[in-house]
Amino acid sequence: MSRLRFATAWLAGCSGCHMSFLDLDEWLADLGRLVEIVYCPIIDVKEYPDHVDVALVEGAVANEDNREMARRIRDRTRVVVAFGDCAVTGNVTAMRNPLGSARTVLERSYLELPTLAPAIPAAPGILPVLEDRVRPLQEVIAVDGFLPGCPPPAGMIREFLEGVIAGGPPVARRPRFG
Amino acid sequence: MTAERKMRINDVQVKFEEGETVLACARRAGVRIPTLCHFDGLSDIGACRLCLVEVEGSAQLAASCVTRAEPGMVIRCHTTRLAEYRKVILELLLAERNHVCSVCVANGNCELQDLATEHQIDHVRFDYQFPALGVDLSHGQFGVDHNRCILCTRCVRVCDEIEGAHTWDVAGRGGTSRVITDLAQPWGESQTCTSCGKCVELCPTGALFPRGTSVGGLVRDRGRIELAMAHRRHESCHG
Repeated sequence: MSRLRFATAWLAGCSGCHMSFLDLDEWLADLGRLVEIVYCPIIDVKEYPDHVDVALVEGAVANEDNREMARRIRDRTRVVVAFGDCAVTGNVTAMRNPLGSARTVLERSYLELPTLAPAIPAAPGILPVLEDRVRPLQEVIAVDGFLPGCPPPAGMIREFLEGVIAGGPPVARRPRFG
Repeated sequence: MTAERKMRINDVQVKFEEGETVLACARRAGVRIPTLCHFDGLSDIGACRLCLVEVEGSAQLAASCVTRAEPGMVIRCHTTRLAEYRKVILELLLAERNHVCSVCVANGNCELQDLATEHQIDHVRFDYQFPALGVDLSHGQFGVDHNRCILCTRCVRVCDEIEGAHTWDVAGRGGTSRVITDLAQPWGESQTCTSCGKCVELCPTGALFPRGTSVGGLVRDRGRIELAMAHRRHESCHG
């Protein structure tokens, strides 16, 4: 039986979920034998590949790059998992939503508060444009499984992945926000 | 001869006293019915709807906290239908305001968070509303964060029924409802608040908290409230 093609991706989040993933310590070596890690922020692959079996996606959708990446992941992946509270609920990333549009937040951060050279950063093609509303992953693409937590504890990630590798459904046994 | 005061809850036969609620009987029989707005010692209002149960012979579901036990009643508390409704209720509460558990004072000590886990909620199927709500830190000791409020009104009832101050109330309608102090004045300017802190102790989420509490730092001492409630009961019995 060929190994599962496994990926993790990082959208608008703090990378804390990936830190928790790294907290799996020596089990990561076992994971490397159980699955083929084809894409991950901590391996040197630039392009999200085709025919991925399972992807853990950290972070909310906050800008146009996140949206494009989320769609690419959906197109090329069999089981997409919202990984951590930002992907599942919007969490801290979405705390700007009640304040209004992206413009309101950018003006506050880059025009009103700075004392030195206030200017809203703009670099078309380099700096992705913020969306007006930060969205959890399932508001943008179809999501097959959810692993909440800020971050999800390493043990919960392991239990979840062991279930999926064994052919079970992508379900967290005791999901918990926060 | 009056009918014997017996009923069945989840196939357990339960005796009850005149005037007891279905919720009280269930708890006595060791049957867990989830609740949010109920608190032992306060009046019941059936606001959160989590305690809905099926009553045999009735097409309607009943909020067990405000339903009187009657002889021969047959109650089911844990059916597939009820589990789904409870899940939806909790998801609606989570979607309605900004419950950002990871940065909440009540993280790890929150009844809403615990109930979400208990009901296996791993995501919310409704679009989050992200309402613009404020935090009032005008009071010297306590704060109110409307982002976390679920409008259970435990604060309103404990302030009225136990403390006797009635500082808290609810203003507005539907999705714009808010708990208010006095006539929607800043809490710190309230003429009626005695700063007793009972509302803070009873809040099920991180909506009411002692000022200066950090993320996940909320500790509650419900024993203090139970003492105050016992005192009130004693007063009402002995004038």
